Amino acid sequence: MSKKTKLTLISIIACIGILFILNSTLGSYQLRILNLCGIYVILALSLNLINGFVGLFSLGHAGFMAIGAYTSALLTMPPEAKEMNFFLKPIVPWLANVQLSFPIALFMAGVLAAGAGVLIGAPVLRLKDDYLAIATLGFSEIIRVIFTNTQSITNGALGIKGLPYIGIFNKASEAIWWTWGVAIITIIFMALLINGSYGRAFKAIREDEIAAEAMGINLFKHKLMAFVIGSFFAGIGGALLGHLMGTIDPLMFRFLLTFNIVLIVVLGGIGSITGSVISAVIVTIAMEALRVLDGDMQIGSYIIKGIPGTRMVVFSALLMIVIIFYQRGIMGTNEFTWDWILKRQKKISEPLNKEKVS
Amino acid sequence: MALQTILQHLVNGISLGSLYALLAIGYTMVYGILRLINFAHGDIFMLGTYIAFYSMTAFFLPWWISFLIAIIVTCIFGIVLERAAYRPLRDSPRISVMISAIGASFLIENLAIVVFGGRPKAFPIPTIFSKILNIGGVSIVSVSIFIPIITAIALFILNYLVNNTKIGMAMRAVSKDYEAARLMGINVNNIISFTFGTGSILAAIGGVMWGLKYPQLIPLMGLMPGLKCFIAAVVGGIGNIRGAVLGGFILGLGEILIVAFSPTLSGYRDAFAFVLLIVILLVKPSGLLGQNTTEKV
Repeated sequence: MSKKTKLTLISIIACIGILFILNSTLGSYQLRILNLCGIYVILALSLNLINGFVGLFSLGHAGFMAIGAYTSALLTMPPEAKEMNFFLKPIVPWLANVQLSFPIALFMAGVLAAGAGVLIGAPVLRLKDDYLAIATLGFSEIIRVIFTNTQSITNGALGIKGLPYIGIFNKASEAIWWTWGVAIITIIFMALLINGSYGRAFKAIREDEIAAEAMGINLFKHKLMAFVIGSFFAGIGGALLGHLMGTIDPLMFRFLLTFNIVLIVVLGGIGSITGSVISAVIVTIAMEALRVLDGDMQIGSYIIKGIPGTRMVVFSALLMIVIIFYQRGIMGTNEFTWDWILKRQKKISEPLNKEKVS
Repeated sequence: MALQTILQHLVNGISLGSLYALLAIGYTMVYGILRLINFAHGDIFMLGTYIAFYSMTAFFLPWWISFLIAIIVTCIFGIVLERAAYRPLRDSPRISVMISAIGASFLIENLAIVVFGGRPKAFPIPTIFSKILNIGGVSIVSVSIFIPIITAIALFILNYLVNNTKIGMAMRAVSKDYEAARLMGINVNNIISFTFGTGSILAAIGGVMWGLKYPQLIPLMGLMPGLKCFIAAVVGGIGNIRGAVLGGFILGLGEILIVAFSPTLSGYRDAFAFVLLIVILLVKPSGLLGQNTTEKV
């Protein structure tokens, strides 16, 4: 085993240890935020694969998340709960009595979202830049409109309430292993994918499509592959998000949700896995912490009336500032690698040695 | 279906189509020059409506002064938006500019929620626009007649401006070839500001008339019409003003007529535009009146 693999294994074990400690010490509110962080890591990575590494500007993430969330919800809920939800119009018979265990439903959520990715990607990926963005945005809106209108499958605008907890044992404390487990798997998968030959092809397409094609890269195949992988993870992220929230309805999957993920990817650095992970955690925590702005604030004896919505003003302004003045984001296209750490260590220790000599 | 009902739907479709056309022109002009989807255009439209609302209800100005103020302030706002959000990124990759546009759109929306409040407001309608006319058994609200007429006047002026004036010639030159226009001594930045101003004026006219026809104001009211009008511009052939008008009318009439002829599909009304977009992009990506361009290495 090489030194780097060892370091990776050690750090994964350390992560599990930290998660275990956090899981047993934090309160339920903090744990919820921690879970949300994990989910946003998955979502940001899946969007970054499409937007950052292949350079396809897709704005359809909310649609894939909706597919994932609804699939997993309908597959895991017990028949009685479904009956209670669908009181306006009964659920279609072939879905009424289906109840699968959570891991299978989660996987199915990803597979269905990936299937939708193939259906959408095959025609749309011929387009470029802003046309692609608006077409994918259009598809995600169509998915939302369809979900609002298919009352007997998705319960329409009423949404679905009472989704089971994340996990097999129906306990709240189990969630963190699933959210961060999937997140860590996603990180490893993306790192392997990006550093492999496919990743190089993706980056070549991002830099110059025509040159990449001239080098023998099959543009359509690689674009579709990235798009489908991205939608698979988006579906899984959406499913986890649905189970964490406990309720889902079509309005949840508006463009705003995609915007949040675009924000995370841009802040982290378009085309950096490390950046996406860091900024997913920071943005999720900041979104919760800045809730203070929406409520009333007391400074000394003054009470500043909070206006609901201020939080989102801060975030949209932040996005504008980053994109105008500091386009690299947190990491640019740099990655955290063991090579980089080892080099840094050498650099730090070398001058010290020299000083000793002199 | 009786003839009267069909005529009534047609009138509704034409007035909605006119509103879409006014907004779509803003998208198509900006795209023609900067190759940028101005995501915030729908929000400029929203601002126009709100400014008219506040000058009528908070400052008690007569409606025609309020509408003028709305148009002027919105025009200034459009120019400021371009300077603040798009000009610093003139030489950046297109994706950055688009993210900036999305950010600007969300910033305006969220600011509007904070400043105007999220609760819906009712647009006060002057009596001249709310009379019910009865023409040959078809009863029409007078605003539905005013909208196409005002749109036609606005389009006529725009057409003159673009085709018969010096600044219009400069606009066409910049949209044909940005670099060459600059070399010919055209002040490209001024032309871009002028384009944003013109687009915002049309958006404000559209916004005010939208308020008269659908008198419920919410800060997010620009989002859907904005997206749909961009689609109208793409359907007609982006960069082409006549195409934008055509696309706007196709979209407006299509939406109204689909709901009129098959009420079961009424829930899918918002999806019509997006389906139309995807069909057009797959069949004729350059739009109905657009020119084909091939990419050269």
